[in-house]
Amino acid sequence: MADRADRAGRPEREYEKVAAPKRGRSASAQSKPGRSLALILIAIVALTGGMFLSGNTTPRLGIDLAGGTSITLKAKADQGSAINKANMDTAVDIMNRRVNGLGVSEAEVQTQGTDNIIVNIPRGTNSKEAQQQVGTTAKLYFRPVLASEPSGGSTQSPSPSASPSGSSSPNPSTSPSSSASSKQKASSSSTASPTASATSQGRAVTDALKAGSTPSPSTSASGSSKPSATPSASSSAATTAAKLQAQYAALDCSKPAERAKVGGAAKPGEPTIACGQIRKVWYKYVLGPAAVDGTEVKKAQAVFDTQGASGWQVQMTFSNSGAKKFADITGQLAKNQSPQNEFGIVLDGEVVSSPFVQQAITGGQAEISGSFTQQDAQSLANMLSYGALPLSFQEQSVTTVTAALGGEQLHAGLLAGAIGLALVVLYLVVYYRGLSLVAMASLLVSAILTYVIMSLLGPAIGFALNLPAVCGAIVAIGITADSFIVYFERIRDEIREGRSLRPAVERAWPRARRTILVSDFVSFLAAAVLFIVTVGKVQGFAFTLGLTTVLDVVVVFLFTKPLMTLLARRKFFASGHKWSGLDPKSLGAKPPLRRTRRPAGPAAGSVDPKEA
Amino acid sequence: MSKLGNLGARLHRGEISYDFVGKRKIWYGVSILITITAILGLAVRGLNMGIEFKGGAVFTTPTHMSASVTQAETYAKDASGHEAIVQKLGNGSLRIQIAGIDTGQSDKIKQELAKDLNLNPEKLAADLVGPSWGQQIANKAWEGLGIFMVLVVIYLAIAFEWRMAVAALVALIHDITITTGIYALVGFEVTPGTVIGLLTILGYSLYDTVVVFDSLKEQTKDITKQTRFTYSDIANMSINGTLVRSINTTVVALLPVAGLLFIGGGFLGAGTLNDISLSLFVGLAAGAYSSIFIATPLVADLKEREPAMKALTKRVLAKRAQASAEEDLAAERAVADDSADAAPAVVGPRNQPASRSRGRGRPSGKRR
Repeated sequence: MADRADRAGRPEREYEKVAAPKRGRSASAQSKPGRSLALILIAIVALTGGMFLSGNTTPRLGIDLAGGTSITLKAKADQGSAINKANMDTAVDIMNRRVNGLGVSEAEVQTQGTDNIIVNIPRGTNSKEAQQQVGTTAKLYFRPVLASEPSGGSTQSPSPSASPSGSSSPNPSTSPSSSASSKQKASSSSTASPTASATSQGRAVTDALKAGSTPSPSTSASGSSKPSATPSASSSAATTAAKLQAQYAALDCSKPAERAKVGGAAKPGEPTIACGQIRKVWYKYVLGPAAVDGTEVKKAQAVFDTQGASGWQVQMTFSNSGAKKFADITGQLAKNQSPQNEFGIVLDGEVVSSPFVQQAITGGQAEISGSFTQQDAQSLANMLSYGALPLSFQEQSVTTVTAALGGEQLHAGLLAGAIGLALVVLYLVVYYRGLSLVAMASLLVSAILTYVIMSLLGPAIGFALNLPAVCGAIVAIGITADSFIVYFERIRDEIREGRSLRPAVERAWPRARRTILVSDFVSFLAAAVLFIVTVGKVQGFAFTLGLTTVLDVVVVFLFTKPLMTLLARRKFFASGHKWSGLDPKSLGAKPPLRRTRRPAGPAAGSVDPKEA
Repeated sequence: MSKLGNLGARLHRGEISYDFVGKRKIWYGVSILITITAILGLAVRGLNMGIEFKGGAVFTTPTHMSASVTQAETYAKDASGHEAIVQKLGNGSLRIQIAGIDTGQSDKIKQELAKDLNLNPEKLAADLVGPSWGQQIANKAWEGLGIFMVLVVIYLAIAFEWRMAVAALVALIHDITITTGIYALVGFEVTPGTVIGLLTILGYSLYDTVVVFDSLKEQTKDITKQTRFTYSDIANMSINGTLVRSINTTVVALLPVAGLLFIGGGFLGAGTLNDISLSLFVGLAAGAYSSIFIATPLVADLKEREPAMKALTKRVLAKRAQASAEEDLAAERAVADDSADAAPAVVGPRNQPASRSRGRGRPSGKRR
């Protein structure tokens, strides 16, 4: 009894409530279904065109699908406030230089969360080496400079001065401007005068050779050999020297590809060639074996010299053994002429600074001055004191996926997706018959958009499709299909109320729309929170889920609804064909009931046809 | 048309319905029982945390290995000095898990293992995890869960009302407890993949609940202007009205997940796909159950405590008592009339005018 009475009461409430807000909005939306369809079609064509134009026709695959190594590093917790964005970015920068120094340019390093760094190295690289490269903190060496010159551009003159026959250019002005001058607290022998002289020479130019003013100076005095002066001369065999010589001659540091080849693999005990960018000009160097290890720098800091005129400078303190080595090398270097009186501070195979030495620096304290900006000085100090990374990191996970396994996982993911999709389509066909065409077309549009956007996001924001992301996409099939179900069920409800299809489609929309928006919002909220808060695999998953949720709304609004409006005009659907899924009879519609029950009936009748 | 379509029609018309709200005590009981079991399971058995949470290494060999599982186990044990778990996967590759080693060691183990297994080390897929990484993932996940719950309660409180927000939250906690409980009881391994699945349930479980609430909100908008139904009655109608949709949604959501589970479990044997889909499957089922049997009845319960709703219930009950008295009277009269076609004629009109007179009688109802 109560149930039947309910039917009497409910439709009345619904009718009046829905009708009021509906007129303005849906009348316009519905009158131009073609426009929405055209809009989404243009969007698809534009995006697809963009995809083909940019040449990224497939989504970028993550390490777990393409194969490769993924390393997760976490800043050690005891570093307190040092874990900030600036330091993390520096670390990422340096790691990027390291892994890409291995010769793989596709390696990517990115921060994740506040204190994690993810290093992804595609397959084809020696994963073990990569892991070592990234994991180590200190890769900083002090190497004596045997020869150097600006590289690339106009200076073509080959340098005949190899490591054994270290050539020296007599012109002092070509020396790197930053100078190392001693400032010993312990020994009284050293005075402040070196600082003064250093600044007088080097102040005008920062840590740079005055490239522009003196074209290719260091190469001019070729042949003048002074093997004894260079510490490396004895150790390097003639063949190695010749090879190095040839490499040095051929090296063009202005090309990133060439830079990537040098330096990275150099052993500390052997001479090597390296590049360094100083004042935006690339220089190439022949460097002797490492004289002092970066780990032997106990402390380095940037200070502003208030007494002298040298401005910002970097003070460093060596450990005991480091102090001795440093004293030895500076003693030797001081005897030489430029550029052989310089030592290169080599960070990960790249010369970051090459100050010259005027006298032996004993006592374990030294300072490097030049006309540094505060930032330069601080970054150099950072490199010196932390070896390379401003923070020390701990390996959290290392995942190596072979290409075979990656391919298999991709295959399995796609297969799972195909099976899932097939099952959903089958269910929709069985349950919704003709209506499932709408659902399938909408799913197809959704799939195309997802694919294209994922492909485009690869180069745009570095999105990589990994296994959890594939999972997210598969799960999203359900969410997308659910929007159609909400709408279809509403339409069917309206038909059961006794309406014909066209008004039913329009009347069902505002209510279905609200339900879809509310529930998609909740789903999107979950994805967004997860994306922001979590790390690693969870993030990839959340991203896909969020993306597909947004696309779901777009597709339902711009495609499914307009398509439904158009189809409602077709006879097949409008007449409620048995296979249309909208057969009033099988839906159990009872039109006569409402005539008698609802006084507002005639009014509704006059409104609906106009709208439809 | 399919039977479900007919069922939908009859549910829509209220010809058939299940009294979810009326029988809520039973379902609360069932849920409490399951929850207690789940909590007991968690407390007694604990979760079987995977390598990712304990720290260690997982190696996956290429397919078609000549070495047997026991052989591989010995190799792994020799190489690492720790117990190793070796599984043969569906595609013929071996999955070797060694717990309790740190990333530094594992590199050496990998080389050694590769040598023993007669493989190029580069062919051996490895997942080396430090002990704090999984913890970090889990902590972040909890953090995300907390933030999400707060936001969603605020959102639901604004979009609907606080009672619905509370009920949705209870349902959500219910789902998560059940899912983790099942993990503890069955002893499935918990991996970051499981956590992902669990977090997705959040969205899904609420998605379902929100749809029912949406319909409930719509139908109870003018509830105080009538005296025919109590809040619980309408809540029940909402559930029944959206039941077909709920079933369809759950089926459609479960089908792709089933596909994942089938492929993940059958084809790959183990790994991310399997982990995600397993927790999703369990969670989705729990979510569908809770949004129908727990969330909405709970809203009705909370709502019925409101003074306005109490008053309404009183009025409705009074009317019903009166109506049934009238009905008895009418029935007697009908029998007395002894007319065959008079009875249906009486049933219809008797209900309809009754409603109108009621509307007229109440001043507030006059407004519409």
